[in-house]
Amino acid sequence: MTTLADQPISASGSSFKLSMLLNDTRYRSLTFQFIALVAIIAFMAFVGGNLVRNLAEAGLNISYAFLGEPAGYDINQRPIEYDSTSSHGRAAVVGLLNTLIVAFLACITATVFGVIAGVLRLSNNWIVSKIMSIYVEIFRNVPVLIWILIIFSVMINALPGPRDFRGEDATASMSFFDTFAFTNRGVFAPAPEFTNSFGSTAELPVTTTGMDWLLVIAALLLSWFVARAVANWATRTQEATGNRPTTWYITLAIWVVPVVAVLLFLGLTWNVPELKGFNFRGGMQLRGSLIALWFALSIYTGAFIAENVRAGILAISKGQTEAAGALGLRPNRIMSLVVLPQALRVIIPPLISQYLNITKNSSLAIAVGYMDVTGTLGGITLLQTGRAIETILLLMLFYLTVSLLISFFMNIFNNRMKLKER
Amino acid sequence: MNRQMAETQEEVKMKKTVFLGALAVAAVTGGVASAATLDDVKARGKLNCGVTTGVPGFAEPDANGVWQGFDVAVCRAVAAAVLSDPTAVEFVPTTGKTRFTALASGEIDMLARNTTWTFSRDVDLKFEFTGVNYYDGQGFMVPADLGVSSAKDLDGATVCIQTGTTTELNLADFFRSNNISYEPVPIETGAEAVQQYNAGACDVYTTDASALAAQRANFEDPTAHVILPEIISKEPLGPLVRHGDHEWGDIVRWTLNALITAEELGVTSVNLEELAAGTNNPEINRLLGTEGDLGGMLGLDKDWAERAIGVAGNYGEVFETNIGENTPIGLARGLNAQWTDGGLIYSPPFR
Ligand SMILES: N[C@@H](CCC(=O)N[C@@H](CS)C(=O)NCC(=O)O)C(=O)O
Repeated sequence: MTTLADQPISASGSSFKLSMLLNDTRYRSLTFQFIALVAIIAFMAFVGGNLVRNLAEAGLNISYAFLGEPAGYDINQRPIEYDSTSSHGRAAVVGLLNTLIVAFLACITATVFGVIAGVLRLSNNWIVSKIMSIYVEIFRNVPVLIWILIIFSVMINALPGPRDFRGEDATASMSFFDTFAFTNRGVFAPAPEFTNSFGSTAELPVTTTGMDWLLVIAALLLSWFVARAVANWATRTQEATGNRPTTWYITLAIWVVPVVAVLLFLGLTWNVPELKGFNFRGGMQLRGSLIALWFALSIYTGAFIAENVRAGILAISKGQTEAAGALGLRPNRIMSLVVLPQALRVIIPPLISQYLNITKNSSLAIAVGYMDVTGTLGGITLLQTGRAIETILLLMLFYLTVSLLISFFMNIFNNRMKLKER
Repeated sequence: MNRQMAETQEEVKMKKTVFLGALAVAAVTGGVASAATLDDVKARGKLNCGVTTGVPGFAEPDANGVWQGFDVAVCRAVAAAVLSDPTAVEFVPTTGKTRFTALASGEIDMLARNTTWTFSRDVDLKFEFTGVNYYDGQGFMVPADLGVSSAKDLDGATVCIQTGTTTELNLADFFRSNNISYEPVPIETGAEAVQQYNAGACDVYTTDASALAAQRANFEDPTAHVILPEIISKEPLGPLVRHGDHEWGDIVRWTLNALITAEELGVTSVNLEELAAGTNNPEINRLLGTEGDLGGMLGLDKDWAERAIGVAGNYGEVFETNIGENTPIGLARGLNAQWTDGGLIYSPPFR
């Protein structure tokens, strides 16, 4: 065994011999790391150079000019303005937004499903806990693509088509006082519109614009700050006097009054969907493809999250529960005030990877015709332009960016939830 | 359901492997050898032919799992000409999305999958269309009880389309130029599209009129669906190969032309053997190899065309047995009659 002491260390370095690079443990690992690095760089350069040369030889130059050319195809769900004369670049953005929409919705509902199932799986009620185990095992062990297709098939076959709502002998009718329609093409619901909108013009008296919604959001933000101040005040009073003042009606008023005032000012009306021609028109539509994809992703990932939640809860020592019980807390308060806050520390890190999974799994969207970024940029655009390498590289870049962003924000959240050690 | 799933998974897998494979091959090989497809096919002993995932009459496995159809016949004719064995074909089902990657990457030697010859596919995607075996156009199918009689009445309808097809682009153009709106439902394969159309998830199904007729023939009640009179595009469908291997392109082109010329000259599966012994019509003799050496010029033998025609007869016979008026699909020759009968089917001379 060679130790550092065995080697004469000379400050001038005059005793350094080339053979020491291999024989001296101080240098050996560096030598090998250096050789490995050079080899990797050389290999990458060789592969990259070849790639560029071969692509050039095959007449495939890498160019992103196609992003500016007209796309020529239509997209059903358009969060921003888009038609078939818009560019491929814009089609990619529409797809990207659609990916983000379904991923965002699915992350929220998957968390809700997961927390509920995870907590209930530990319930003392035998039936409840068994039902939850069955849910987890069934959904976790069947591929998500199959769930997407099953849910979509059930939806298009079980729900009535718009034409079933028509005529004297209609076999289906609208729900909730004729305001909602559940069809095999999706759910049609009333949409809010403003008669006094910032965007209203003489020809178009009823519209909504982003400005209107900003105003509504501003009102909600204001309520949030005031409500928080009230809560803080209540806590201070409780600490000082031991009695918590009743604040629920103040809080309720704080939440309701500003929003209602803003909505009244804007002249809120509801645009109720109506059967016209082939389809329901007016209102807003939640397309069947979105619902199926959203639901399938949530229920599938929810099963995994349930397991994370269960593991997190089991990681909290029983003494905590017993101590809280001894203090006289009721079981659901023990869960929400003592166990869950501590369990979150164990739950959040694996939760991040579940969110990443949802985002990546959303690329199965085309199975139900949901136009996500894989469907527009990586599907139709790729096919119509033949720019496979360019579009796939862009797609990789996009998913990478979104995943890194999710990790970044979830890590910030995780750091805030972590046990602060003093 | 199962089939559709397998297809989607297959498709995802295929796209990935094809792309990664292409990248890896491009990255590691020293240079692209200008592939001699003919040698590859002969060495392999099998022709890899890309077809649809299933359109009745055009390409579909029968009850015994044997591929049958109008497009399949082209694959078999080429296999017979090159390998002397019409069954030496590996049929590779492709969707509208995977077909071009499969051809470009060399996974298939030729594509015979009701594919429209367009400028950008020929010039930009760098494929060589070797002819037209069916002159088609895009049509619309709706349930008869909707009471729609013209495509112009389709304002606001939900339309099922296959993604990655010319159909998708024509549709956008048609609705835009007529100033009416629609809701597109993009779908991967014809089978899924039919399933959604039958479940009423869309009002209209649009694709090449021939495929509409073919798929309608498989419906429980074909008479409950009408094909609207408007044909909104030109869809010349034909087999294609990669750019760059002209010898291979010539073989596929002239095999198709041999079938067409055979019909024009009256060479049928019935009289083929007799005519192949020699006739006093020099063009028939050149076609069947008793005069001159056209086969040799292609890199094949003298009897190549005789074998190709021998598989299922001439172009007209192939048409009649697979999609003609006496089949459930019931397509009339129309534009696809020989030029001598007022159609567009016309082969350059064998000389
Ligand atoms: N001719 C058009 C459309 C071709 C096409 O996709 N046709 C459908 C008609 S149903 C088809 O073959 N589907 C069968 C399949 O998905 O395999 C094109 O070349 O883009």
